[in-house]
Amino acid sequence: MAAEAGPSISRSALPEPYVVRRRSRETADTWTLEIAPHDGPPIDPKPGQFAMLSAFGVGEVPISLSGRGRGGSLVHTIRDVGEVTAELCRTGRGDMVGVRGPFGTEWPLDAALGADVLVVAGGLGLAPLRPAVEALLERRDSYGRLILLYGARTPDDLLFREELDGWREAGFDVQLTVDAGTPSWPDRVGVVGKLVESAEFDPVSAVALVCGPEVMIRFTVAALVENGISDDRLYVSLERNMKCGIGHCGHCQLGPVLVCRDGPVFSWDQIGRWLAVREL
Amino acid sequence: MRTLDAVVLEAPIFADLDAQYAEQLAGCSRTVGFEAGETLFREGDPADVFYVLRRGRVALELFVPGRGPITIETADEGEVVGWSWLFPPHTWHFDARAVTPIRAVAVNGVCIREKCDGDPALGYELMRRFSSVLLDRLNATQVRLADLYGGSHGR
Repeated sequence: MAAEAGPSISRSALPEPYVVRRRSRETADTWTLEIAPHDGPPIDPKPGQFAMLSAFGVGEVPISLSGRGRGGSLVHTIRDVGEVTAELCRTGRGDMVGVRGPFGTEWPLDAALGADVLVVAGGLGLAPLRPAVEALLERRDSYGRLILLYGARTPDDLLFREELDGWREAGFDVQLTVDAGTPSWPDRVGVVGKLVESAEFDPVSAVALVCGPEVMIRFTVAALVENGISDDRLYVSLERNMKCGIGHCGHCQLGPVLVCRDGPVFSWDQIGRWLAVREL
Repeated sequence: MRTLDAVVLEAPIFADLDAQYAEQLAGCSRTVGFEAGETLFREGDPADVFYVLRRGRVALELFVPGRGPITIETADEGEVVGWSWLFPPHTWHFDARAVTPIRAVAVNGVCIREKCDGDPALGYELMRRFSSVLLDRLNATQVRLADLYGGSHGR
């Protein structure tokens, strides 16, 4: 029995070596890496999941999947904000990184079949939502209206600029907003929650997928609820001190749940009340 | 062809406004249009009007020496642009520029202030509705001060 359990424990607790296949710059401080198993089998991650990425000798961080690469490789979009992320962002083609996972729950795309879907992203929050956007477009005819509301600090901070145009052409109603615009900026300036008011969707059946910093989630959820979306059709992706990624260490506990084990994707009726507790 | 009071009532800020008040607003109103890039008003100029946008997008801009204009807010169809007409010294605090071609109802602020002075109930009703817009925008500004999109490394 121990021998049978070995590979599973190894894969979840020990980093597997992955090779960087491609690195591309998204913004001044954000990079996307495509990484592939060095000698292991290809991975089939689900939209919404995350992996623990390690820069050898430096440390490990939880990073959401931002896409699916060629031949079972993983795609992650990383902002350079600390020692580990700086090292990961500095890697180049052929370099090795460590990977545990993918872990966690996925965006409930099946639950949204036949309904309008609002995808609401703030800043780097578009990265974990990108696999969901791509999956929705793969089955475009199975959903109602597809709406992406995306906010960032400035036009230069928007991720996946070229893909945004492609998604628009493929059937997404893409609405953008920034905190500070320039005279050449043609879209909105203001908070992303304000875009909810002008979006056209059926509030009775629509499903909302939200990701961004927690303060953005809080105000966006308020706008969605005010516009008729109920708590059980509202899903958020959280990031809270995830360390082990497999529900053992307890660092990411939020009330009765462990974000790494029970999330990162939660329905609002499951998690909303706990996010409102300041002491947690 | 719809009357001006009917057009005014289409804006969310004036939803369910009593018909007599809508008529009074319409009596101070005219329809206007701006081409993309045109200026609706400039910082420091007398604020004697507000606009109810029927079509198009307006950018509120702050001119920063050395950096040029920065867009701090946009307003779209159904929204109201301008509240400086309500408060002394009745001068604009920002520039407003048409991002796209604009169709709007321009309400003369001097005219409507005089009507409010003569009918405190109308004044209260308008103040109540504009206060709601002001509160929404103040809240939005405060949220933005919290750096809504910052802080995360790899969501």
